[in-house]
Amino acid sequence: MSAVAAIEVPSRAATHAGDASLDEALLALALRQADSPLVLAQRLCEWIGKAPILEEDIAQANVGLDLVGQARLWYAYAGEIEVRMGRVARGEDDFAFRRDASAFRNVLLVEQPNGDFAHTIVRQFLFDAAQHLALDALARSRDARVAAIAAKAAKEVDYHVERSADWVVRLGDGTAESHERMQRALDALWPYTGELFDADATDLALAEAGFGVDPRTLAAQWRETVDAVLADATLARPADGYVQRGGRDGRHSEHLGHLLCELQFLQRAYPDARW
Amino acid sequence: MYAQMVDTGLAKVEDLDALPPAERAFPARIDADVKIEPQDDMPEAYRRTLVRQIQQHAHSEIVGMLPEGNWVTRAPSLKRKAILMAKIQDEAGHGLYLYSAAETLGVSRDAMTGDLLAGKVKYSSIFNYPTLTWADIGAIGWLVDGAAIMNQIPLCRCSYGPYARAMIRICKEESFHQRQGFDIMMAMCAGTPAQKAMAQDALDRWWWPSVMMFGPSDAQSVHSAQSARWKIKLLSNDELRQRFVDQTVPQAEYLGLRIPDADLAWNPERGHYDFGAIDWDEFYAVIKGHGPCNRERIEVRRKAWDDGAWVREAALAHAAKRAARTDDAAEAA
Repeated sequence: MSAVAAIEVPSRAATHAGDASLDEALLALALRQADSPLVLAQRLCEWIGKAPILEEDIAQANVGLDLVGQARLWYAYAGEIEVRMGRVARGEDDFAFRRDASAFRNVLLVEQPNGDFAHTIVRQFLFDAAQHLALDALARSRDARVAAIAAKAAKEVDYHVERSADWVVRLGDGTAESHERMQRALDALWPYTGELFDADATDLALAEAGFGVDPRTLAAQWRETVDAVLADATLARPADGYVQRGGRDGRHSEHLGHLLCELQFLQRAYPDARW
Repeated sequence: MYAQMVDTGLAKVEDLDALPPAERAFPARIDADVKIEPQDDMPEAYRRTLVRQIQQHAHSEIVGMLPEGNWVTRAPSLKRKAILMAKIQDEAGHGLYLYSAAETLGVSRDAMTGDLLAGKVKYSSIFNYPTLTWADIGAIGWLVDGAAIMNQIPLCRCSYGPYARAMIRICKEESFHQRQGFDIMMAMCAGTPAQKAMAQDALDRWWWPSVMMFGPSDAQSVHSAQSARWKIKLLSNDELRQRFVDQTVPQAEYLGLRIPDADLAWNPERGHYDFGAIDWDEFYAVIKGHGPCNRERIEVRRKAWDDGAWVREAALAHAAKRAARTDDAAEAA
């Protein structure tokens, strides 16, 4: 298991001190980086006690724990950025439990329902493979906090992508039934992958400043990884068609509202309580 | 306990003097505190009893994930969520150690799972109660894990090596879980009136089922006496229960919670707390399948097993394909 290890806080990089638009962009980056793992972890929590084999109960909880830990680090940084922008301080639980769906910046892929184990694994693999590249790039950020959090998360996601890729191969090249289920899951989730490599003005400003990464530059390598794994798995890459997008701007599928109802229930029902 | 009322299959406790000389070596090793290992000779009744006991314990860990899983998606903070996920993950791990320990006695994990799903083997009665509020997650850690530890710490010294070693690892994690549960209760008892009321309600509902977890008095039980003889049961149910009550009452006082037992009182002569009569009808009803959640718990496990069948088959099929390819490659070379 992985607890949330404290990350050594380097003295704040002075390069962008006082640059409000850059701070705004960094805040967006931190929330995008936080919300996707949190939402995916919540989906993995739904599996607890119900996995196909005991080892997978342990593995999914382990991945989920890493993702919650990553979300917490990014939320903490988001709170710090807000403070230095002169806003009211928010903590990790304010971000996770007190924002409505339209304020969440996760990609649509991770909020898709678990479905069968094939859908869960395909969703995980498509996300892990992209996240692995994004974190590796962010680990080279000129913003020391972004670099430190991304470097820690990247080590964990290295393992996640290895595991999810193994399962894609195992189930794609398993039985006729498992192959069919995996292909169906891949076809259903493919339209959500385009969003992983969208770039907007925020991404470009951060990339320009050396603080972030232009997601478009990661697409080719992602496709290479995915193609290699799908080939091993004897699965066909779906044709690129219409891309479902909007999550990174707060326009979500119907699923997220329900997911948040459950996630946020206690904080919403007992707003004065400390737990 | 996590293993309750384990049957030894024997009608009376073995009389050492009456045993043929060839069968005296085993009890002599037990008496000398020599650990029994999987490859050692052992009486069939000892082996079968251990399989029953360890598998009940393993199933309890697995079914025990469900009442907590009921709140993991609704945990009230990210910290509490991470702690609960880690705790449930530990329980899956405990299940794994215990199934592995039972496998050393010649029974497969799939066969044990089959017995659980067919209702042939029990799991602890406690997991047939519902978790209705977040405070129940605190109460389970504090009371249920607290009760489990009472029994499991002595089992670290039990006669069967793989079981004793599994128990050492499990106890380290369980004591952590108990403290985490108590920490949830402390936060709630120091919280709003609504939180304090939830904490009291959780104690009201979980107290008696926790006290019952140790099982009925086994002072007269042949099975318990034989298990004690074999050193796979080290303290009687009543001794363990008394230890649990003595430990827990001051903790409830510290929290400012009232234990739902009008007869609970310190007895200076005994140096222990006296407590009220236990409703064993309820215990037997739950054991027989009439608890609030018996049916749901097994249905969830059965559905998970059935829904996962294609995954397990595919994993085996893929492994076989890989092995065949490796063989082909070796032949070609």
